Amino acid sequence: MTPCEIKNTLVSILSIPTHGVTMADIRSLQDAVADLVHDGDTVAMEGFTHLIPYAAAHEVIRQGITDLTLVRMTPDVIYDQLIGAGLVRKLVFSWGGNPGVGSLHRFRDAIENGWPRPLELDEHSHAGMANRYVAGASKLPFAVLRGYRGSDIPTRTDTVSTVVCPFTGEELAAVAALNPDVTVIHAQQADRAGNVQMWGLTGVQKEAALAADRVLVTVEEIVEELMPRPGGIVLPTWVIDAVSVVPGGAHPSYATGYSTRDNDFYQAWDPIARDREAFARWIDAYVRDSEGALTR
Amino acid sequence: MTATPAGTADFTSDELMEVNAARALADATTCFVGIGLPSTAANLARATVNPGLVLIYESGTIGSKPTRLPLSIGDGELAETADAVVPVPEMFNYWLQGGRIDVGFLGAAQVDRYANINTTVVDRGPDKPEGRLPGAGGAPEIASNCGKVLMVLRHSTRNFVERLDFVTTLGHGGGPGDRKKLGMPGAGPTAVITDLGVLRPDPATAELVLTEVHPDVTVERVRAATGWELTVAGTVGTTEPPTPQELAALRALKAAGKPEQPGKPEQPGKETR
Repeated sequence: MTPCEIKNTLVSILSIPTHGVTMADIRSLQDAVADLVHDGDTVAMEGFTHLIPYAAAHEVIRQGITDLTLVRMTPDVIYDQLIGAGLVRKLVFSWGGNPGVGSLHRFRDAIENGWPRPLELDEHSHAGMANRYVAGASKLPFAVLRGYRGSDIPTRTDTVSTVVCPFTGEELAAVAALNPDVTVIHAQQADRAGNVQMWGLTGVQKEAALAADRVLVTVEEIVEELMPRPGGIVLPTWVIDAVSVVPGGAHPSYATGYSTRDNDFYQAWDPIARDREAFARWIDAYVRDSEGALTR
Repeated sequence: MTATPAGTADFTSDELMEVNAARALADATTCFVGIGLPSTAANLARATVNPGLVLIYESGTIGSKPTRLPLSIGDGELAETADAVVPVPEMFNYWLQGGRIDVGFLGAAQVDRYANINTTVVDRGPDKPEGRLPGAGGAPEIASNCGKVLMVLRHSTRNFVERLDFVTTLGHGGGPGDRKKLGMPGAGPTAVITDLGVLRPDPATAELVLTEVHPDVTVERVRAATGWELTVAGTVGTTEPPTPQELAALRALKAAGKPEQPGKPEQPGKETR
């Protein structure tokens, strides 16, 4: 297809009649988080290094929404902050670290020492987690993959099992579907109707959004018209509950076309997170008592 | 730690490990790259022995050509310079599980004599909680589905252990035939490159055997840094020291990866990690 044809297709997809479906509300982050994220929820804040919804997570911390089960393939600094803030009961994940820097110290402190509260784990491989979201988005009970062979991982989780292929007899890994109560993602743009487009590394966000009951998207800006981008993903307004405009809402992660990854912050996080008191001071100063990304 | 054979430029044992790891990719066409040492090696291979090497990062980039070492597997430059950027489920299902990738390049926290890998938890003794590591990431399926696996890590009794505290990722299991029994498509680990030398699995036993030491490193020193009774090959080779070109390329990649420091020389005289 030519770019023009792609654009026309995109316009036609987005212009389908919306009677009977609910459009996303464009509203403040504070209201959207208060309405959509509840105590005890299973929440996926996805982003594979890119487009991580930091501002929304900070709003969760400010509102003290607690007893959360957090889901993410690569929990990084933002989940370290939520865990250290004592809001997380359980973590479903496949790799927990500060990429290129080292450990997540709040994550480790919670698991190793139960501080500030014990953290239950449901642990997978990346391939397993990706397929769990695919099953969730497909509204299937499980997904199949050739994975976990010879690994001890299945001994520590009840969401990996095996299934025998009815056609070949091959034994394959089965992973339980993930269906978060709410998925929170950050994207580059929305239009006024609440259709959202993201591009660059789009990770597993489409699957995480379509697997969830409720979807909150923060965006860099609202534009008059979404222009097709190579590799771009469009989520139509009727699968999204709320869109909040939060420029820089992914910082210290980034939004391709708008910002670059603040690698210095990720490195600076290490000594802050090592120390419980330094961490508490940081969260108070930069999250609880701040307007967050809106004023950064 | 510096290894300085007479008549060659100064280089660190880490630099020799990185150069040697890059050389191991000379014949590869596609490489699934882990972050850290594997990424350093794969990028150095593109700058030296294998300019056409297709670098694949699990964040979804195929054919990345970064000019500096990425800090994370999702740095913007990896996507901007890629031939294709794909969603993560596609990366693991179509490309990795689909058998499209030659070489998987992994690091590890612990490795045993059959090149099985632990990146999940370490036992710190009685009365102490398990030490937490990052977890599996992509490794179990990379090690299963890539044509073969290379590993790079520093050599010590902490890392090279008699018994893993947890098997995150299967290498050769408990010996020859185990991979086949489990239906794993790839050949598994073919070399473990360290800052002291190179270990390769014995085709008959699948056990890692010391086949190469770095200049000025004795077999005894490698034995002392290995947590099991290390088998040594009949003939142990000596790694070629880095050429000036290899060293220059490695240092340039690292210098470009550092945060910008206006007014400072581009190439620091000494590398620290």
